[in-house]
Amino acid sequence: MDEVIKAEELFSFTLGESILEITYIIASVLFIVGLKKLSHPDTARRGNIWAATGMALAIVSTLVFHKQDGEHIHNIGWIVAAIATGTLIGTLIARRVQMTAMPQLVSFFNGMGGAAAALISLMEFPHISPDLIRAHGMFNGQVLVILLGLMIGSVSFSGSMIAYGKLDGKISDIRSGLLRIVNMALLVLLVAFIVYIMSLGAVEPASVMPLLYAFLAISLLYGISFVMPIGGADMPVVISLLNSFTGVAAAMGGFLYNNQVMLTGGILVGSAGTILTILMCKAMNRSLSNVILGAFGGSKADDSGEAGQIKEIGISDAAVLLNYSPKVLIIPGYGLAVAQAQMLTREVDHKLGQNGVEVHYAIHPVAGRMPGHMNVLLAEADIPYDKLLESEEANEQMQDVDLAVVIGANDVVNPAAEEDPSSPIAGMPILQAYKAKNIIVMKRGMGLGYAGIENKLFYNDKTRMLFGNAKESLQQVLNEIKNMD
Amino acid sequence: MESILEFIYLHREIIFILILSVFLGVEVISNVPSVLHTPLMSGANAIHGVVIIGAIIVMGHAETTLALILGFVAVVLGTLNVVGGFVVTDRMLSMFNKKQKQ
Repeated sequence: MDEVIKAEELFSFTLGESILEITYIIASVLFIVGLKKLSHPDTARRGNIWAATGMALAIVSTLVFHKQDGEHIHNIGWIVAAIATGTLIGTLIARRVQMTAMPQLVSFFNGMGGAAAALISLMEFPHISPDLIRAHGMFNGQVLVILLGLMIGSVSFSGSMIAYGKLDGKISDIRSGLLRIVNMALLVLLVAFIVYIMSLGAVEPASVMPLLYAFLAISLLYGISFVMPIGGADMPVVISLLNSFTGVAAAMGGFLYNNQVMLTGGILVGSAGTILTILMCKAMNRSLSNVILGAFGGSKADDSGEAGQIKEIGISDAAVLLNYSPKVLIIPGYGLAVAQAQMLTREVDHKLGQNGVEVHYAIHPVAGRMPGHMNVLLAEADIPYDKLLESEEANEQMQDVDLAVVIGANDVVNPAAEEDPSSPIAGMPILQAYKAKNIIVMKRGMGLGYAGIENKLFYNDKTRMLFGNAKESLQQVLNEIKNMD
Repeated sequence: MESILEFIYLHREIIFILILSVFLGVEVISNVPSVLHTPLMSGANAIHGVVIIGAIIVMGHAETTLALILGFVAVVLGTLNVVGGFVVTDRMLSMFNKKQKQ
């Protein structure tokens, strides 16, 4: 009798277990295909849904079929309640937040994943297999994986929160050489902690907990000091990097539980995220180390004493110039996003269209605070896709443009990138606004761009400056154009 | 050293998957246009929310109230990562789709 029951148990165990593994395989495939589709414009949205389906499969299957030491998942009610809570809050935040705040949001959600990974490590540490400790002491793979998961997850969490704060304008940049030394010291300390904990020998994991909390605290601190000195404009790169960190932290969990879907999902994001980070840096013609060490702003390569004269333009003159230029090219930048001027831009565009002015937009790949930032903003304002020109296309047409209107962009139109080999932005592809017949630059003031260098475009003979908040200036210009009818 | 080697031996299959996944991740997203960098980052961000599986396992075997509470927090955070990530990505991409139809 006993044997029959055992056989049945064995059978049901393998059946559930195989369904679990099969769904994990399907989920992994969905992640991979989803990610692949996400990298092509036509299929991107479907790819996202595929990946989400894979995730749902993996979660449900784990709830139903996962077994540890022959036991099913307990506390199902609580788990479902937690998932429901997370879903509700997550959907609300994701739906409500404005499009301009998108980078912050990605950073926030990334931080949540990192925190979850850190928590898992923290809770699994006391449960390290006693057999393993008896045989090898603390010097074993499980301890290493838990420590790495805890460290990387916490760094990702605190780092993402700082990035979030910076993008939201709540935290300003701190640039000091001291912070760099502190960073190195913290990193060395973290490695020392790992080595020390692993060399403790056969001790009760519970007795090591105080050390583990200290390790957690230092990891959190490192995340803060790692992101703190990096400039706000580089946050997308940092978020992408932290994104891949969280992927690696999730993969550590995969190791711990021998769970393939966590491993594939985590590592896939870890490696894809790293490549994406490098691609983003390339679009700015900079290296990753250059971004992290923050080479910008330190040296002012070009001191343009012969800069020349700034020429301002009034609202009514600007309106006239706009209204009577047959071909207008708008070059948006971060200033447009900050001023939330995308809707007004469309209204001006619309009005000019009625008056027979041909309006286009030139989109620089790194304009704004994230790649594609301007595309998203202009799409939000319902500006037709065929009006948007990519850099190369725009530059080809530039000499025929009667008026280039630069709204809150600076470094992406700075001719120094082409002219001055010693400039920090030398070699970065720019929009050649200086080739247009006339140029209006809308700017809040004479402040420098993120690169911290002068922009000769502003001193160009053909350039007129329109100082003020982009939204207010555009509103006044719009009223002025309407008065002309 | 011995135990590390043993760990590698015990987990050889998973290490295999790890190495292949690294190459796969690189391969899958090369040639992505810069316009899609942000949605792709956001989509990848949602995928590493798979850490929620670990949170569910931890919570599923929690014995003390403290463990249950911490597990609850971990599952909520993981879900935030997953759901928020996918919804935000979809929202971003819906704008791209809209303008392409026009």
